[in-house]
Amino acid sequence: MQTDPTAKLQGKPGASPTSVARRKFLNSIAAAAGTGCLLTLGALVAGRPAAANPAQALRPPGALAEEDFLAACVRCGLCVRDCPYDTLKLAPFGGAVANGTPYFTARQVACEMCDDIPCVKACPTGALTPKLNDIHEAKMGLAVLSDHETCLNFLGLRCDVCYRVCPVIDQAITLENVHNQRSDRHAMLLPTVHSDHCTGCGKCEKACVLPEPAIKVMPIALAKGKLPAHYRKGWEEKAKHGGSLIGDQVEMPVRGMEGKAYGDSRVDGQAGGLNSGWKP
Amino acid sequence: MRPGAEAVRIKGWFGAHRWLVLRRISQLTVLALFLSGPWFGVWIAKGNLVSSLTLGVLPLTDPYLFVQSLAAGFMPAATALIGAAIVVAFYVLFGGRLYCAWVCPVNAVTDAAAWLRRRLGLKSGRVPDANTRYWVLAGSLLAAAATSSLVWEAVNPVTIVQRSLIFGLGGSLAVVFAIFAYDLLVASRGWCGHLCPMGAFYGLLGQKSLLRITADQRGACDDCMDCFTVCPEPQVIRPALKKAGQDSPLILDRDCTNCGRCIDVCGRNVFHFTHRFDQRSDS
Repeated sequence: MQTDPTAKLQGKPGASPTSVARRKFLNSIAAAAGTGCLLTLGALVAGRPAAANPAQALRPPGALAEEDFLAACVRCGLCVRDCPYDTLKLAPFGGAVANGTPYFTARQVACEMCDDIPCVKACPTGALTPKLNDIHEAKMGLAVLSDHETCLNFLGLRCDVCYRVCPVIDQAITLENVHNQRSDRHAMLLPTVHSDHCTGCGKCEKACVLPEPAIKVMPIALAKGKLPAHYRKGWEEKAKHGGSLIGDQVEMPVRGMEGKAYGDSRVDGQAGGLNSGWKP
Repeated sequence: MRPGAEAVRIKGWFGAHRWLVLRRISQLTVLALFLSGPWFGVWIAKGNLVSSLTLGVLPLTDPYLFVQSLAAGFMPAATALIGAAIVVAFYVLFGGRLYCAWVCPVNAVTDAAAWLRRRLGLKSGRVPDANTRYWVLAGSLLAAAATSSLVWEAVNPVTIVQRSLIFGLGGSLAVVFAIFAYDLLVASRGWCGHLCPMGAFYGLLGQKSLLRITADQRGACDDCMDCFTVCPEPQVIRPALKKAGQDSPLILDRDCTNCGRCIDVCGRNVFHFTHRFDQRSDS
């Protein structure tokens, strides 16, 4: 009691017991507030880096946009429990993904795109939105053929594995037939992702035969570009309005192409010109 | 002499540890209900203590997390709302901090630290003000509102430990050890009694709860101080036992965790469980 600084005050003239009690109370409140604020600040600092997940950590189907998801997900793991394929994991403390939230890594286990979407059904809060009824509407991410230099199809081989494992084959991934200029006698069938159909399930990334996949599923915000709002695509406008908006074009004659429709640059028959006439 | 030694002599070992044993059984049972699924494929309770589904029908949601979600600007769906309502109703009736003593797995850690502290005779330390937990509680909600995310969940040791136990995640041993070390070496009963915002929240919830402990036989008290020594919130005992500021023998403080350790260690049977309208007293 002797070392208590407030005890000394009691001897001072003018320091009534109530003012001592008040001072003591205010001191304790200040200390409590200080510690409380420090702890919360610590939480803010510790929680901040997790606001941006690593690109390989994909959210389950139906997950709200990341900022909303972090407000909505109570980290109960019910989605993880109801995932029949053990695709989903809960982020451990101290990892790169926000502590306790569900995610999956496509290269390890991809989403099997269950028709009944059990993870969404299991979510008690709606962090995985119940508005997602059709798994084909899911946007877990977007597959990107990120490396044209190692993709076997780009090297002229017929790998096609990503295309063949795609649950939305011929819509989310198509093979585009392109002339192989290196051999000049073959076709290249290039895997091409279409963002309006890709669900980001990650099966293509999982199945890619390379040691490091050439096709990867990324968060949409990372993968997708954006056209400026004022851009119009001429061919779309033309189809919408049943004709060109600016009328027919003036056709200029092209030497050697006389008698061909405008834009038709195909050369047929004779040797030379654009067609070397080479036959295997 | 160790606290409760007299009680052991009079009531026998089990008589002097009855509520403690029941409490450990309760804590382990809750954990076992969650672990039976992942360990043995018997799914009783899915999820964790933040939100769960028992036997496929009973949803339970931690109201503190629910409120944080609201503060972050998200209205959780009906299942979580119903789950939170059930939990709130239960703890309003039976005492909010019943959760701390009978369910929360961190309790075993802090009890162990307190026990070791007593055995080693550690008296030193710097204990933060008991009101700090309310500041942390308010801070966690403010931080959620300011950042629109459940900030406190990035560091909340209680949920980190629960999740790690139930989902078998690594990385939580450090958290458990930190709490243990803090309670043992820095602040006596520091985490549960002074900092934990979940305890503060459940305390506020059960402020007017029906289930209470009463010092109805306080006339028999011989001032051995054993109850004060073992109680995780010793300040709650004095008003009831010593008629300090109240005449009622009921322990009415919201910080009381209803753990029943005071009942166990008292050789004179001063304390009992009762309801809040029971004013019987021998003095």
